[in-house]
Amino acid sequence: MMDFLDIAKAGPAIPELIIAVSALGLLMLGAFKKGESSDLVNSLALFAMALAGGAIILTSGPSQSAFHNAFVVDTFSRFMKILVLFGSSATLIMSVQFMKQERIDKFEYPVLILLATLGMMMMISANGLISLYMGLELQSLALYVVAAFNRDSTRSSEAGLKYFVLGALSSGMLLYGSSLVYGFTGSVNFDTIAAFLKANDAGVGLTFGLVFVIAGLAFKISAVPFHMWTPDVYEGSPTPVAAFFAAAPKIAAMSILIRTMISPFPAIAADWQQIIVFVSIASMVLGAFAAIGQTNIKRLLAYSSIGHMGFALVGLAAGSTEGIRGVILYMTIYMLMTLGSFACVLAMKRDGQRLEDISDLAGLSRNSKMMAFVLSMFMFSLAGIPPLAGFFGKYFVFLAAIKAGLYPLAIIGVLASVVGAFYYLRIVKIMYFDEPEDAFEPMAGELKMIIAVSGLFVVLFALFANPLVNLANAAAVSIF
Amino acid sequence: MTVAALFFYLFAFTAIAAAIMVIFARNPVHSVMFLILAFVNAAGLFILIGAEFLAMILIVVYVGAVMVLFLFVVMMLDIDFSKLREGLNSYLPLGAVIGLIMMTELLMILTSWNIDPQAATVVASPIPDGVTNTEAIGLLLYTRYIYFFQAAGLVLLVAMIGAIVLTLHHRPNIRRQNIEDQIARHPHSAIEVKDVKPGQGV
Repeated sequence: MMDFLDIAKAGPAIPELIIAVSALGLLMLGAFKKGESSDLVNSLALFAMALAGGAIILTSGPSQSAFHNAFVVDTFSRFMKILVLFGSSATLIMSVQFMKQERIDKFEYPVLILLATLGMMMMISANGLISLYMGLELQSLALYVVAAFNRDSTRSSEAGLKYFVLGALSSGMLLYGSSLVYGFTGSVNFDTIAAFLKANDAGVGLTFGLVFVIAGLAFKISAVPFHMWTPDVYEGSPTPVAAFFAAAPKIAAMSILIRTMISPFPAIAADWQQIIVFVSIASMVLGAFAAIGQTNIKRLLAYSSIGHMGFALVGLAAGSTEGIRGVILYMTIYMLMTLGSFACVLAMKRDGQRLEDISDLAGLSRNSKMMAFVLSMFMFSLAGIPPLAGFFGKYFVFLAAIKAGLYPLAIIGVLASVVGAFYYLRIVKIMYFDEPEDAFEPMAGELKMIIAVSGLFVVLFALFANPLVNLANAAAVSIF
Repeated sequence: MTVAALFFYLFAFTAIAAAIMVIFARNPVHSVMFLILAFVNAAGLFILIGAEFLAMILIVVYVGAVMVLFLFVVMMLDIDFSKLREGLNSYLPLGAVIGLIMMTELLMILTSWNIDPQAATVVASPIPDGVTNTEAIGLLLYTRYIYFFQAAGLVLLVAMIGAIVLTLHHRPNIRRQNIEDQIARHPHSAIEVKDVKPGQGV
């Protein structure tokens, strides 16, 4: 009986509570305020995210758990949550102009982004299969809606529907896997599962369940062979939404994939490492080859993101602290590169017409030197050319893979990144050596800001790499 | 005891038979009806094990709301099921192979399954004395599982916001009935009395 009355200690979840309460409040504000409310809701949503970020930084300390160990807060989760909040707020900032011009500037958009962010934070902190699923579903459901947010466009509706149907399928697989894991270990809590597996051998059934869990999570990070939705959804959904998909949800899904592998299943690491190695190789290779033939830059970035997920998984496949540190750094760098590239795509506008073809970038260097330079820096960085940030991301994951003795994986990864460099460099070539087209419209101020921040990060990464690597190291140590 | 056993078998057999009929009924409306029958019998089973709250929830939520909605959808969609079944024979071999693979996989899992000896005691754990099962559920749901409960609430909220965002059209030039305005109408503002002089017209 007393157990029933034991009130859940919710202290560590204060950042989540801030986001949840402000999402509810902003929903009311938007619904009841007379007249145009999207600007106000947008800025308040940004403020709420900043507040939550501040709360995360202020409450830093040792690992804590809440809600009967269903929710855990450690350095890893804090780091990833800050990243997610940064990604979400950058998307909100990037969306303002776009949504206005497309006449879809409704107050529900920031509210849905807030709720998706909440789902991601819940995923990152999930310490059990139920909390994992709840966070994942909250996040995905909000994402399906924002994918179809431009509901008068057939492509956007198609993107939303496609994402929804495939997402429902992946949720089903995840649930099926979770039920098997629960059945064979007797618990949904990660710590209890880990303790059980230390003492017992769960057999083939657990591995079977684990495969389904990984399949469900691999869908969310769009790793091969669960990547089919990515190019279509990125192409169809509004560009800032595509930028959002490429940034924050990937961070959250990657974090929960890391936690789900490292925290409950260290005892059967050999089993899941095989799967991760396969998924990683397949993603790197497909990302490198399928992007070559693309003409639409959003599709190209979609394939590029598939490839990058493969590179990040190399670190997870190593399964060591160094590997996880590599993944954390890789995801940080990846997010900033992607946000910057998408901000450049958002700036591709001529005569009020939005452009998405790579050929529209032709001769950009002569019309807009700065944008061409920054975009080529992003492309060099995505390709992994030193001394830009992307190189260090790859360096840390491959280093971990080699130390873990995964030589074939590292070699295939390096080869794939060489192939991938081809299409990134092609964009640079188009911008600098092709016959120029008409100039783009001047860039909006907030896009300039995003591009400047991510551009500086990418170019100057080597200067402040040390503190960031130390932070990532502390985060990686905290989940083992 | 015997009466309870009798009812158990009655409910259990009807539920299974109804569930089978859901799959085999040719008319989708009949399928939905059989599903309702299966739910009602499942509710009966819940009552037999003393979980009357769950039984009532099952009837109210599933039969009362979900199934009625289903019935509307099925009737409105007007799907021609004989057309859907046309390609059945050509797909049957492939379907059978997939079914067989799934079956072997399930058998593999079942053979490696060992039930924890403590599981039986957990299953049979009774509700504490003096607490109705509604209260017992509430006590767990709002304390120990408050996080999941609230998270589920947020998921449903997102579904609701999504449905509204994607379907609600505000059309400003449509004339709607505004009862407040209608009631607030006053003869002074609605009727104008003209004093028409004889022989002059308006």
